[in-house]
Amino acid sequence: MTIPNAAANAAPPEEAGQAPIRPLAASTAAAPMVAFEAVTKRFGEAGGKPGFTALDGIDFTVARGAITGIIGRSGAGKSTLIRLVNGLEKASSGRVTVDGVEVGGLSEHGLRDLRRQVGMIFQHFNLLTSRTAFDNVALPLEIAGVDKKTIRDKVTPLLDLVGLGDKAGRYPSELSGGQKQRVGIARALATSPKLLLSDEATSALDPETTQSILELLKRINAELGLTVLLITHEMEVVKEIATDVAVIDRGRIVEAGSTFDVYASPKHETTRTLLATALKLPEWLRNGLKAQPSVGDRVLVRLVFFGETAFKPLTGRLVSELGSDVNILAGGIEEIGGKPFGSLVVSYSAAPDVVERANRFYAETGLSTEVLGYVA
Amino acid sequence: MSPDMMFNLLTKALGQTLQMVVIAGLIGSLIGLPIGVFLATSGKGELFPAPAVNRVIGLIVNAARSTPFIILVVAIIPFTRLVTGTSIGTYAAIVPLTIATIPFFARLVEAAIREIDTGLIEAARAMGATPMQIVFKVLLAEARPALMAALTMTMVSLIGYSAMVGAVGGGGLGDLGIRYGYQRFMPEMMLAVVVVLIVLVQLVQSAGDLLARRFDKRNRKN
Repeated sequence: MTIPNAAANAAPPEEAGQAPIRPLAASTAAAPMVAFEAVTKRFGEAGGKPGFTALDGIDFTVARGAITGIIGRSGAGKSTLIRLVNGLEKASSGRVTVDGVEVGGLSEHGLRDLRRQVGMIFQHFNLLTSRTAFDNVALPLEIAGVDKKTIRDKVTPLLDLVGLGDKAGRYPSELSGGQKQRVGIARALATSPKLLLSDEATSALDPETTQSILELLKRINAELGLTVLLITHEMEVVKEIATDVAVIDRGRIVEAGSTFDVYASPKHETTRTLLATALKLPEWLRNGLKAQPSVGDRVLVRLVFFGETAFKPLTGRLVSELGSDVNILAGGIEEIGGKPFGSLVVSYSAAPDVVERANRFYAETGLSTEVLGYVA
Repeated sequence: MSPDMMFNLLTKALGQTLQMVVIAGLIGSLIGLPIGVFLATSGKGELFPAPAVNRVIGLIVNAARSTPFIILVVAIIPFTRLVTGTSIGTYAAIVPLTIATIPFFARLVEAAIREIDTGLIEAARAMGATPMQIVFKVLLAEARPALMAALTMTMVSLIGYSAMVGAVGGGGLGDLGIRYGYQRFMPEMMLAVVVVLIVLVQLVQSAGDLLARRFDKRNRKN
């Protein structure tokens, strides 16, 4: 499954076949930054034993300059997936290419070169406790053999960029979680990478700090034109910053597209489940849901407003059209990918005539709806 | 025996103990350090994967550590003679002390390095670090407080071991205590030796703790 992005799909033909390894700089702007082609990863394969299949036939591209989110529950394979991009894990079969270069075909030396062009941030920050914020950011440059003066010229503006200009001499133990992740981000940017990998970077942070870290990532993406690939189990994170999203479940990508489309009309069960937690339906409501109605039940419907429908007074009309009481249970208006997006969970009688009138109204107005279930 | 004579004997013995402990401790630790790093990084799927070599070295280290020190001293006399030209005296005693230090320190180094969060190794790999860079810039740097504590522990154990090398004429405080305090029935000499040893161990331990704390940035308060 490919992200529906015209630019991302227009890969030069030689990339589809067994292209020779080209220098990283020679890529064209239209080619995707990262491409997975029929990628499979198995663990613990030995002596004919099949082992555990972590990833199963992944076809997926990450568009240049975009923020792409991969969302899935824990154990879905997303950590493995992101580690294939910088070669921390090797694919069992299939091809992973970064900027046109096949990762699996690289020598140890080539792999190290690639890793200097791909920054990575981690859930638990992984900062060296024995180094100050400044020296942590300097580490990738030291590793690349950059001289002391250049390091100083590079690190100071990076610490300013992430808002820690005054914390250069502090050790990680003196910093808060959010500040540590900012150091992590500055460190990942030190070698001026073209791709940033984010491995659950906000999962260990409180909601407010998460928000500020996401803002920072968004800003970096916009200002530096850096492609970002992030994995998360939180729909909120994807909704907040990702332009594109792929949903991964048991080692397969089950749904992919622009965040807005996936959010507005989720097709796969896993996506719906992940969305349901993001929708914050009250616990008692989620637990009481039934798949089939019985007489006298009420139907629970999620109405989604976006594009044109976002600005029309449709809820009021719905009530008068139905001729039945409509109960509003949950809802809100948010912004996804810069577009307004409203969602409203309502319930009304599941009697066939009411439901029919409602469906006619939806068809007429172009309102996007999803039946969540039935309650007594 | 006059207090003067006693003092002279004590200072001479202290000098010998210090000489043996410092030289054996430094040389033994320098050799033990890379062995410990190798033991901690050569398992399956680690930085320098060589599980077979790892097991062999692990076995040798265990064998050396389970040999009683006094037996080691006697058993390696030919080797000692090869290195120092003699099998008797303080210099000759340094050889078995060094040999005993190597596996002892190596195991402590291994433990210190295994304590380091594997996430740091992954982060360094993701930066494009070579295995050697990971050893020097991440593992040894992060393990510094634990390595300092390991060195302190090694030095303190060496002070204990050095008491046994009187058997090959190594001299030192332990030897003084046995020959004068025990064999010549001088309890005051025995007491003096024990007091000096206690003070020496205290000093080494305090200095080691101080350095380890200085290296440790993990629990700094503002």
